[in-house]
Amino acid sequence: MKPETTLRKSKTMSKAGHSVGLVSRMVKHRALYLLVLPGLIFFLVFKIAPMWGLLLAFKDYNPFLGFFGSDWVGFKHFSDLFGSSTFYIMLRNTLAINLIALVFHFPLPILLALMLNEIRHERFKRINQSIVYLPHFLSWVVVASMTFFLLSIDVGIVNKLIAESGGETISFLSEPNYFWALLTAQSMWKEAGWGTIIFLAAMAGVDPQRYEAAVVDGAGRFRQIWHITLPAIRPTIIILLILRLGSMADTGFEQILLMMNPLVRSVGEVFDTYSYTYGILQGKISVGVTVGMFKGLVGLVLIVTANKIVRKLGHEGIY
Amino acid sequence: MSFVMHKKGLTLFDWINYSLITLFSVACVFPFLYVFSVSFTNPEVYVPLKFYLFPEKWSLESYRYILSTNSFLNAFKSTVFITVVGTILNVIISFMMAYGLTKKTMPGQKWMMGMVIFTLVFSAGIVPNYLLVRELGLLNSYWSLILPSLTNAWSLLVIKSFLESLPPELEDSAKIDGCTDIGVFLRIIIPLSMPAIATFTLFFAVGHWNTYFNALIYLSDSSKWTLQLLIKTLVIDSNSMAVAQAGASDENVVPQETIRMASIVLAMVPILVVYPFLQKHFAKGVMLGSVKG
Repeated sequence: MKPETTLRKSKTMSKAGHSVGLVSRMVKHRALYLLVLPGLIFFLVFKIAPMWGLLLAFKDYNPFLGFFGSDWVGFKHFSDLFGSSTFYIMLRNTLAINLIALVFHFPLPILLALMLNEIRHERFKRINQSIVYLPHFLSWVVVASMTFFLLSIDVGIVNKLIAESGGETISFLSEPNYFWALLTAQSMWKEAGWGTIIFLAAMAGVDPQRYEAAVVDGAGRFRQIWHITLPAIRPTIIILLILRLGSMADTGFEQILLMMNPLVRSVGEVFDTYSYTYGILQGKISVGVTVGMFKGLVGLVLIVTANKIVRKLGHEGIY
Repeated sequence: MSFVMHKKGLTLFDWINYSLITLFSVACVFPFLYVFSVSFTNPEVYVPLKFYLFPEKWSLESYRYILSTNSFLNAFKSTVFITVVGTILNVIISFMMAYGLTKKTMPGQKWMMGMVIFTLVFSAGIVPNYLLVRELGLLNSYWSLILPSLTNAWSLLVIKSFLESLPPELEDSAKIDGCTDIGVFLRIIIPLSMPAIATFTLFFAVGHWNTYFNALIYLSDSSKWTLQLLIKTLVIDSNSMAVAQAGASDENVVPQETIRMASIVLAMVPILVVYPFLQKHFAKGVMLGSVKG
């Protein structure tokens, strides 16, 4: 009995002491709280508060009954989602778009960076860098607009050239078979140049003496690239690859939305476009929330796993 | 390494390499050149679908037309307003918060970091965000494009790691001299952060200028449209309609090609004007970011 009371006593005391310390520490940092406050309010209102809306995935939201008046339906929307064929189409599209990007888009900045790194004329290198970085800064609206002027049947210059040379015009923009390739080509055009920066920086860290030594040993350019440059950027490649895999739930949403038309919906529909079409355009709020939540949760698991792996490899993750 | 090159001149490897890079660069600029030259072509001599590398007959007619339309001028003004106000608030709030987050002794710092990181890996999604903006009565207000993106987790983490890389001695000595936390922030941290502030000003500004989806769902009133929405309607909608109902052409609805291309160019001009700065500072930003990821 006795030891317990003393224990309790000391606990309360330390608790009180702690809280006094806490208050005084908070007072000491009051100016910092003032600095953090606007951002904090922002996060609470615009990032945390919408989480409340996730509950709508378990209700049958009816605008006339409101949030509290609408009926709880449990996991009905989820089972509807998993039972629909659209779900598997969206899953397939997301995987296909990501895998094609992984095979074609991912290696291109590495290759481009290796090539740029081999340029010996500084000015030629800088001019080319300025050119290939530029598309990164354009909006998807502008990129999509340019695509129309290049590839569409009615105003596309490419089809005009095909027709002039006696070929048959190709409906690049409304043919489901070309849709994934089109998306990949667009993002390669827009982002591949920009993607070289991080690799070029890693290459700049290589000691030039190593190349000189390799030349003395009789190594050609390819062997220098293979044995010196590539190993230098290998950690960067691995980290970016893992993080890329971690963001598999994401597909270029604005891009797909802009390139989408009724003829390619079957290959273009992904979780975000579905959530937008049903949740916002058609007002089926609960369906839109459910799809968005599913995508968010899958994305969460993927990115947290990817970050863990990167950290296990001894690198700093994204957080 | 350059001594090797001067002795040997260009090898076959170099020739192939230089040609391939030139090819890629040409592919990058080709759409620009095409859009530029059509936009500057005199509409009277313009032959639809003829390929122009340079205008046959230069003219500012398309620009004069598009700049005389109210819809374009309004969209331009809206976009400038959102970009300027949004960017200023972004920079102020992000740097203030990131500085606070560097202070691990501040009670609650860990909890705040946890919240920021949580929003980095999970978001409620399109529909809940839309509902929130609607409940706040922000639909069809420019604030719907400014307030929901006042700052973001990624920028905060990058700015925070930048601030942590600053030498702590200056801050310490300023405190010994009796400077308050806010005084340190304003007189020491801000001046030292000018390169990062420049980088993030550009980051945020380009982001606001290019925003499309949020504008699409939050601004349904066409008198409030931003440039990106207007161009999407002007260029893509008239096209995808043509794609969907091939054959059913409506010449009067579809704006002339030269005018449509001029509007694209005008939407790119601010980006192209700041591009020299963008390139310099963005590359730095990527490297700042790569410290973290």
